[in-house]
Amino acid sequence: MHDRRTSEREREPVATNEEILPDLASIVEEVAGVDAAEVTAEKSFVDDLDIDSLSMVEIAVQAEDKFGVKIPDDELAKLTTVQDAVDYISNHS
Amino acid sequence: MSSTGQGVVVTGMGATTPLGGDVATTWDGLLAGRSAASKIEQDWVDTFELPVKIASQLAVEPTEVIKRVEARRLDRSEQTAIIAAREAWQHADLGDYPATEGGSPKVDALRLAVIVGTGIGGALTLLGQDDVLEQQGLRKVAVLTIPMLMPNGPAAHVGLEFGAAAGVHAPVSACASGAEAIAWGWRMLMANEVDVVVAGGTEACIHPITLAGFSQARTMALRNDEPERASRPFDTGRNGFVLGEGAGMVVLEREEFAAARGATVHGRLAGIGTSADAYHITAPDPEGTGQSRAVANALRTAGLEPADVGHVNCHATATNVGDVAETVAVKKAIGDHPVLTAPKGSLGHLLGAAGAVEAIATILSVREGLIPPTANLEELDPDVTLDVVAGEARKTSLDAAISDSFGFGGHNVCLAFTPA
Repeated sequence: MHDRRTSEREREPVATNEEILPDLASIVEEVAGVDAAEVTAEKSFVDDLDIDSLSMVEIAVQAEDKFGVKIPDDELAKLTTVQDAVDYISNHS
Repeated sequence: MSSTGQGVVVTGMGATTPLGGDVATTWDGLLAGRSAASKIEQDWVDTFELPVKIASQLAVEPTEVIKRVEARRLDRSEQTAIIAAREAWQHADLGDYPATEGGSPKVDALRLAVIVGTGIGGALTLLGQDDVLEQQGLRKVAVLTIPMLMPNGPAAHVGLEFGAAAGVHAPVSACASGAEAIAWGWRMLMANEVDVVVAGGTEACIHPITLAGFSQARTMALRNDEPERASRPFDTGRNGFVLGEGAGMVVLEREEFAAARGATVHGRLAGIGTSADAYHITAPDPEGTGQSRAVANALRTAGLEPADVGHVNCHATATNVGDVAETVAVKKAIGDHPVLTAPKGSLGHLLGAAGAVEAIATILSVREGLIPPTANLEELDPDVTLDVVAGEARKTSLDAAISDSFGFGGHNVCLAFTPA
């Protein structure tokens, strides 16, 4: 019984998209100096926010800690837009 | 000494030092003979029972000047380099930069070089990230660890800042690095490879291991109870240097280029001289042979006679052997007439930045006709038989002055400055 309750809680999404975006935006601001308000779902990290690949690695490391997810390098390379990252975090946390 | 229009002029200066966050406050501190040394307020001083508990720490924290996001991508020695370089560029009125991002600098990127030396490089990053690896594991190691620890990092960042495309160089010659960068700039300008060079030195390595290492080499001042009296070049009571941190940058230009754009000229880098002692890895040749050759080379390239040189801004770090050896070299190359000062009494020893910051002091001495006093010089070492300014700044008109810089390894650099 106790075990079952625990596993149910673990299966609940840790955060919704609405909760992930502001936290992700503040990580982007911290790492790359982009105003958090600029970090909206449709923006491309590279083309719109001018974030280089090394900064993306830093953002990924901080996101892993913040959201309790693993973002392998090959997955990170596929995260083009902010929405891509939010979806990945939402699906893997 | 006559101007042929083909020389190298100084059009900008920038610094952040233990005396102040810019050139003006640093110069004021030097003129007042103020010492910037203070107690190190860090737990590790006691943890490691370091014999040295004092240092000349920056007057203005870099993070108070540059943006937080920028600061976290830069080693402390890169932060200081950027701060000093921006001041120098602005002082030279070289316009918006870089051209690659829509700026309109007054120099073509292909005719602009950056040369920034450092003695130690990004030691704080190297040691700090090693701690991170050992204590927190690979994932926590900063992504930018390597560009933050590499000794060409400060030069590379300053080069990127201004979009310098003609060359970015990072001479490493211990405590002569900053002066060597300026000498290298002179060579590039005289060879007409470039029109403008931003050159200088930077250092930020106040850390238990540097203090421990220099202490083990028996080179450091140990007057822990009176930090402001610890750095005493040429004084009988001297027993070593006080470790400092900071950066100094100058903007050098081909004289013709500066004249064509109507730049304000603060002085001329008339000539440079370099040499190597080929004597010992740390000790200077007590006969001053190598050092005097550097001085003689500077005079030769500047077209100066020994009689023209009225002032020597000394390297004098306040070690027993080094200070006297330098005066021997000065006498050998120039004679008994120049008036000396030793800025490390005020600044402490900025290692790779020392030569650049002290070059700025020398330029200002020539421009203002003022030689700062040597802080803490109360009783001149009887082995020093030259006139060393102590107590108050001395007013004197100067036709030429030189700045000496010497580094572990036997590197000798001499820069000769004349009025605008």
